[in-house]
Amino acid sequence: MEMPEPNQDVIRRSGELAKALAAVLPPGAVLDREDQRRAYESDGLTAYAQMPMMVALPETTDQVSKVLAICGSFGAKVVPRGAGTSLSGGALPLADGVLLGMARFNRILDVDYANRCVVAQPGVTNLGISDAVADRGFYYAPDPSSQIACTIGGNVAENAGGVHCLKYGLTTNNIQGLEMVLMDGQVMRLGGRHLDQSGYDLLGVMAGSEGLLAVITEITVRILPKPQTAQAMLLGFDTVQAAGDCVAAIIAGGIIPGGMELMDGPAIRAAEAFAKAGYPTDTQALLIVEVDGTAQEVEVLAERVSAIATDHGASTIRASTSDQERATFWAGRKAAFPAVGRISPDYYCMDGTIPRGRLAQVLGEIAVMSERYGLGVANVFHAGDGNLHPLILYDANNPGELDRAEQFGADILRLCVSVGGVLTGEHGVGVEKRDLMDEVFTEDDLAQQQRLKCAFDPDGSLNPGKVFPTLHKCAELGRVHVHGGKTRFPDLPRL
Amino acid sequence: MTEIFAPTDAEQVAKIVSQAASSGTTLDLRGGGSKVAYGRPMKTDAILDVSALSGISLYEPEELVITMGAATPMSEIQAALAEADQHLAFEPPDYDHVLGRTGGGATIGGVIACNLSGPRRITGGAARDHVLGIAAISGRGDAFKSGGRVVKNVTGYDLSKLMAGSMGTLGVMTEVTLKTLPRPKETRTVVILGVDAETGLKALEQTAGSQAEATGLAFLPKLQSARSAVSVVSAADSVTAMRLEGAGTSVADRAAALAAQHIDADVQILEHEDSLSLWAEIRDAKLMPPSGALWRLSLPPASAAQVTARIGATCDVECLFDWAGGLIWVAVEDDDPCDGPVRDALDGFSGHATLVRASEDLRRTIPVFHPQPGPLADLSARIKEAFDPQGVLNPGRMVDGQ
Ligand SMILES: Cc1cc2nc3c(=O)[nH]c(=O)nc-3n(C[C@H](O)[C@H](O)[C@H](O)COP(=O)(O)OP(=O)(O)OC[C@H]3O[C@@H](n4cnc5c(N)ncnc54)[C@H](O)[C@@H]3O)c2cc1C
Repeated sequence: MEMPEPNQDVIRRSGELAKALAAVLPPGAVLDREDQRRAYESDGLTAYAQMPMMVALPETTDQVSKVLAICGSFGAKVVPRGAGTSLSGGALPLADGVLLGMARFNRILDVDYANRCVVAQPGVTNLGISDAVADRGFYYAPDPSSQIACTIGGNVAENAGGVHCLKYGLTTNNIQGLEMVLMDGQVMRLGGRHLDQSGYDLLGVMAGSEGLLAVITEITVRILPKPQTAQAMLLGFDTVQAAGDCVAAIIAGGIIPGGMELMDGPAIRAAEAFAKAGYPTDTQALLIVEVDGTAQEVEVLAERVSAIATDHGASTIRASTSDQERATFWAGRKAAFPAVGRISPDYYCMDGTIPRGRLAQVLGEIAVMSERYGLGVANVFHAGDGNLHPLILYDANNPGELDRAEQFGADILRLCVSVGGVLTGEHGVGVEKRDLMDEVFTEDDLAQQQRLKCAFDPDGSLNPGKVFPTLHKCAELGRVHVHGGKTRFPDLPRL
Repeated sequence: MTEIFAPTDAEQVAKIVSQAASSGTTLDLRGGGSKVAYGRPMKTDAILDVSALSGISLYEPEELVITMGAATPMSEIQAALAEADQHLAFEPPDYDHVLGRTGGGATIGGVIACNLSGPRRITGGAARDHVLGIAAISGRGDAFKSGGRVVKNVTGYDLSKLMAGSMGTLGVMTEVTLKTLPRPKETRTVVILGVDAETGLKALEQTAGSQAEATGLAFLPKLQSARSAVSVVSAADSVTAMRLEGAGTSVADRAAALAAQHIDADVQILEHEDSLSLWAEIRDAKLMPPSGALWRLSLPPASAAQVTARIGATCDVECLFDWAGGLIWVAVEDDDPCDGPVRDALDGFSGHATLVRASEDLRRTIPVFHPQPGPLADLSARIKEAFDPQGVLNPGRMVDGQ
């Protein structure tokens, strides 16, 4: 993976920069010793590592503003980092960059039940928000599997999802306000405790901005009352096709479950061996369908789901009878990644999205590729919204296997695109999928996205080397091509 | 006479905009023309009428997705969805009454460009939350797309969201892909009759924070309820309305349970048809007066009572509360648009006030959209420039001189 050429000037002046940063930060908040920097060299995409030039750990918005302005004046790049669980290398450091660790922004600033929102600093964990409001029966809906560790700031930057986003939406659908700092140090607020910001929807742009537009220093999220009841069902099928058809039929039947997850044979067996969730290990596809709401509503929906499953030839139908059993049903799915980690020395997690109806076809073609590359694969799938996580099994100690795994992964993503899907549903582009962007976008598409970046960060100092396969200078992108010819609008239809 | 361009496909739109950019020809974007009176008035060199970019090109109900030309009429979309028992869950409002016109003609492009959502916004999300992808022509005349046809997608910046609510100032949408959802089979509305605003708003707040899963929460003072065509509503001194929706028989049970919680008040349950009628009236602001200036405020729901009290202290107004208080329609009786008091009333709270209806003169002199603080306004101006460097698309529609 090629990263932007390190600026030797900046590296030479790193001592000076460290001093300037230390002057605006609390003691011990600039880390420049090698052993200190080492801890930050990778994020969740561990195949890549790069030591940052130094690490800065601000605690207040004012400090972030000063740090960014100082970095800007040195021409130094900045890479923001939350918990470092990104699976796409979004928080991968740069040799000539300052890694901006947001972990010290770890306070919940306000819990506002009357307006049903929480104001939190970006370093608060995803689960920390739900925990803070649990005693009053509320929760924060997006629930990535990494929710114990990942931060709400990182969630906004990656527009994280979870198993409940089919019904309750992704991060972008659950945030109401932000405070952010631009690379030049300017602080601004978007939205707040009300719905729908005025002017351009910059909240929508910041969600999924992968740390390239601004540093997020405060977030207002909406919280929801926990559903009165929820019931999970395990539905086992002999073929992936039958399970996929059942998913389509549930939705066609007018039901949007709280969550609808699918695992294939290898994933079922790995998860069962790890979590003892009671999964039927002799089936080829397992659906976990959760319906939630008021008791009356759940009863009606559960009956209908089980009737549809019967119609589609389900070999197992089990409904949870207690909250504890429901949690057990989910335990296997939520632990699917570590479970697969136990059956293979290494695994590579992919994140394509496809139209649901193409599931059987796509899994069939992945199986063929698996043969061709000689690498195993286990599939977990947010079936409700078409988000596929193939886990490619490999052993990094075998020469060439990582390379093969990456090529296999890229082929899977190309396949997703070719059936009408996209490269990434929730993990982000980062460095990982950067060079595949032109499978989806034309040069004009990418140029327009970069022009948006230029409006926020004209020098391209914030997290460069991520998302965009080719970096253009803002001046070059801003140029307007004047079309020649004296006649205005020849041959164009008018009334 | 103003020149009118009428392209029949996206390629022609690109050519027209590209030449407009070269020659500095400003364009007024029109889909169905139903919202010409919304936003700041403009003087442009030409009109870009995209009404030919119409028609549903893909609708797969089991995939919950629909793709269509940006100028596809809302009526056509809604008819297609109804056939598959689906709908657009953000409950797009019809602004004909609000804008003092008849004749329909609203198109999906206009609804998305204005990011208009109805009462279900509180649980179902806004228009922008249902846009999966767009194709558009920038002010440079370049075609670009964003998003796709799948719900989960973080491939590149979410320019679809940026287009939603940008009032045609950043690009000409040529195609829109939306998420569709099953239409609730049954609906009931629990109404508490005759309580004062404070009591009504408290009841809405309590329900919003409960497990009742209400999808509509509105308070109608007497002047508003009196305009309703639903007899229970029009006869009441005020109406606190709480809507439940869902699968079949359970909705009636839930309504009974919710009504039972307000046993001490004068409570009734509106059946399916009455419930549909009432929420259509609330959605389209039909319970507000048909003329005079009209404001739409988005604010923290718990501050609704305080904000309206502040406005009421200096201005003679009628108000309707939707979104559990998070949305207030404010109608001003006389010729004074009351802009100072309306906007000042939000001081200390987050939120914004939009001057949805007023004479052209007023919309020219009073900012229609809530003024933004300096740094944010500057960033917005840079974004406008990034999409439309020559300022040819709907210039001044949102912000004067931009
Ligand atoms: C086991 C495992 C399971 C996972 N499951 C899911 C899942 O179910 N769903 C899902 O969506 N993701 C999942 N992820 C991916 C990851 O947890 C998410 O992307 C998460 O949102 C990253 O948060 P973070 O705090 O770790 O951010 P980091 O990894 O530190 O950073 C991610 C990106 O955000 C930027 N960033 C971080 N903080 C800020 C800030 N304050 N301002 C601006 N930019 C910032 C960084 O520059 C980087 O580009 C999983 C990861 C793991 C390891």
